[in-house]
Amino acid sequence: MPDLKESIKSGIVTMMREAAFNVPRDVREALQRAYEIEDNPVAKANLKAILRNIEVSGKTKLPMCQDTGTPTFFIELGEDFPLKSELRSLIEEAVRTATSEIPLRPNAVDPWTYKNSGDNTGRYVPIIHLELVPGSEMKVIYLAKGGGSENTSKLYMLSPVLGLKGIKRAVIDAMLDAGPKPCPPIVVGVGVGGSADMALKLAKKATFRRLDEPNPDPKLAEIEQELLEKINSLGLGPMGLGGKTYALGVKIEWAHKHPASLPVGINTQCWAFRRSEAVFDSSGNMKLLVPP
Amino acid sequence: MAEYRLRTPISEEDVRKLKVGDIVYLDGIIITGRDQVHRRALELAAKGEKDKVPVNLEGMALYHCGPIVKKIDDEWKIFGFGPTTSARMESVEADFIREFKVRLIIGKGGMFEKTTQGMKEYGAAYLAYPGGTSAVATSAVKRVVDVHWLDLGTPEAMWVVEVENFGPTMVAIDSHGNNLYTDVLSKAKKVAEEIKAKF
Repeated sequence: MPDLKESIKSGIVTMMREAAFNVPRDVREALQRAYEIEDNPVAKANLKAILRNIEVSGKTKLPMCQDTGTPTFFIELGEDFPLKSELRSLIEEAVRTATSEIPLRPNAVDPWTYKNSGDNTGRYVPIIHLELVPGSEMKVIYLAKGGGSENTSKLYMLSPVLGLKGIKRAVIDAMLDAGPKPCPPIVVGVGVGGSADMALKLAKKATFRRLDEPNPDPKLAEIEQELLEKINSLGLGPMGLGGKTYALGVKIEWAHKHPASLPVGINTQCWAFRRSEAVFDSSGNMKLLVPP
Repeated sequence: MAEYRLRTPISEEDVRKLKVGDIVYLDGIIITGRDQVHRRALELAAKGEKDKVPVNLEGMALYHCGPIVKKIDDEWKIFGFGPTTSARMESVEADFIREFKVRLIIGKGGMFEKTTQGMKEYGAAYLAYPGGTSAVATSAVKRVVDVHWLDLGTPEAMWVVEVENFGPTMVAIDSHGNNLYTDVLSKAKKVAEEIKAKF
């Protein structure tokens, strides 16, 4: 039986490699549809370049985007999964290996001295969100989060009297402010409730739901669809240069909230939505779920 | 909408032909420069030491890009060559164009009023490279000719790169005061007011 630690480490390197040269199938299909329905020549040229880029990256193993992102992990760790104590250091080692082997651009910079650590690790980096869940497996979502699309994140601490109208207006305002910056077509995550930090975390987590999978709550599914249509009717288009498709999807996650607060977090994913998902069983065998 | 294939360096006459919405492919040398290259070059210009800038930028294409590079057998190889966000250079780009007479700025996400005016005055255009399409951009790289100011770190250094059929890029700001980004955005703002009123 292979060593558990080694299996996890090499599994995570594989996840990072998969994400560097590919986007998930639902994103690819949505981009293809956007290209087919587009009639603005600049928008069409942008979408054509994007689709070609996905193809070239897959074939040549050149990274999809030169910003290979901040390594970010959302982990659901089974309470009975046999390894916990060294998980952070294992992930850090995997990130170092992936950075040098793939190679990835070093993106971890000290905010005071601007010194680049050179290997994508540093204080709190890789970013790891850990949740304990029942069971003996470990589910890992890896996100290579680009700086451009992270910079257009927003937090609105709305007055609760504004309610749903306020939430919808906040989403439209965030899109106007984002404009061309997050490399559209984007996926928009909206996190409602919780607290300031929770709303932003939920916004990011919301984007992991597949584009062809509507919100399980029919009322929220309707709001997601309405917001998607309204965002695209702004005419910002691919790369903010005009056209039909600015957003590929809008995804909502929520939490209960304090009576006096209405936090709304917004996170955007660029079209090069590089993520991979895998499940590790208690022996360390990895099953890659995304990209298929 | 026209399509052009241009070779650097570029004359003012050629750049004045470009109109927003045109598509351009480039051959020849392009030079990368992002935040720190702008800062250092303009500091030298302010001290009257322009000759210390290691490359003659006149007529050249300046690319907002922090490449992924690796040195293999003493030779630099590029693995990522997509554009970075140009907005960060907005406050200094018009000055950079005036001082160094670059004719093309390539980047993503667009630039604003000051740069648009500078391009009109000094004769330059902004080419939007589709954001994130690094693999396509990298396959247009023929070779790394030179690198300067490596002390700034590899993403921030000034890379002199020979390219072939680099594109598609779209003329998003021309030398006649037109800016496709601000046109699209101002229309979107009007639509947004109507949408928000109906929520």
